[in-house]
Amino acid sequence: MTTLLASLFLAVATTQYAPAPAEHQATAPQHEATAAPAPAEHGQQAADAHGAAPGAHGSAHGEAAGHGEGHSLSDVMLHHVSDGYVLEFPWVCDGGFKWDCEVDLQHVFGDSLVFGSLDMTPTKHLIMMWLASIVLLVVVLGSTRKRSLVPHGVYNFVEVLVQFVRVEICRNNIGQKYGDRYVPYLVSVFFFILFVNLFGLLPWAATATGNIAVTAALALFTFVITQYAAIKAMGLGGWLKHLTGGVAVWLWPIMIPVEILGLFTKPFALTVRLFANMIAGHIVILSLIGLIFAIGSPFVALGSVPMALAIFGLELFVGFVQAYIFTMLSSLFIGQGIQHAEHAHHEEHGHEHGDNGSHVAGHSPSHG
Amino acid sequence: MTSTALAFLSAGFGAGLAVVGAGLGIGRLAAAALDGTARQPTATGDIRTTMIISAALIEGVTLFAIVVCVLLAIKV
Repeated sequence: MTTLLASLFLAVATTQYAPAPAEHQATAPQHEATAAPAPAEHGQQAADAHGAAPGAHGSAHGEAAGHGEGHSLSDVMLHHVSDGYVLEFPWVCDGGFKWDCEVDLQHVFGDSLVFGSLDMTPTKHLIMMWLASIVLLVVVLGSTRKRSLVPHGVYNFVEVLVQFVRVEICRNNIGQKYGDRYVPYLVSVFFFILFVNLFGLLPWAATATGNIAVTAALALFTFVITQYAAIKAMGLGGWLKHLTGGVAVWLWPIMIPVEILGLFTKPFALTVRLFANMIAGHIVILSLIGLIFAIGSPFVALGSVPMALAIFGLELFVGFVQAYIFTMLSSLFIGQGIQHAEHAHHEEHGHEHGDNGSHVAGHSPSHG
Repeated sequence: MTSTALAFLSAGFGAGLAVVGAGLGIGRLAAAALDGTARQPTATGDIRTTMIISAALIEGVTLFAIVVCVLLAIKV
């Protein structure tokens, strides 16, 4: 994935200065002529990929051309991936069915949600996040309505996932004793990231976790809960003492800022990992399709669309894996915070609680 | 060279270097995983899970570099 991304990235960077408009206008009518009204911009999901593909790009291109001339390839790609105030979806508007009706949220809300310089008007990613959350709540709560000992259907699937998070991730990393306290948060995070990632792969939808603000918020939650767990286990004084790192007093002015910065590296890594994984996949798919326009010949689609389909499958997998990785790392950090405290307690009090299953050699079994 | 040209050039180099890093890292990871599976076929499931997790983490680090490259190529 990174190979493709790097190579196509160069292609995009150079085509930004290519004579884009003339080339695109020339190929656009050609594409639209062969088009059936096919699903649009993100449209690699169509089973009839080849037949729909020229039409899909025609309509994607018609839309870009309709917005204004001189839209280069990288502009279109950035537009699809970034946040904005314009929602696009197929609906009836302007007197007929259109594949890309637009709703400008700033027109809908006006200035009612602008508080000084803080603009709280909903954006595309926010609406998509809400939609994904509603789908998640409906699926999970709806399927677990009738509590039964032997689950069926979607309830079964949900229970498998919850059990997986609870046993494999939570109990392994945090330990038997405190694990169950953090299971609600970890299960929530896992399902939220999973559903938002998968939602972003639908046509006309966007990935909310492709917005660094969303992933930063998730990492902030993990950070707060990690520090809460550490403080609860060590006490506020013990936690502050950990920040000094156990060096002599005269080194504290150097040590404490470094340790505080070190506290933030893990959430930062969580943020950027999730954000970049989600964005990279979409950019690769868009680059592969954009390659058709950059080169200009429709025959590029014969190679480009199957590759984009393969990358799309990879994106499905990456969505699951990234949800799992975020949850696992969150649980690992929480467990580390608690086990630091257990170490300190052990040094002071001797072996009071030695039945913590994951305490062997001071490391959790799945560490690393 | 203008700063724009330098930014694009460095974005390209950075992306290439990031890919080299990811390829080397994940290649070694896959080799070790295959070795382990060959030595102990019963541990295939565990090794596969660990391999996928490690690959995702290494890829995450690579994507830090890609994000920087994208910033260079776009914010110019």
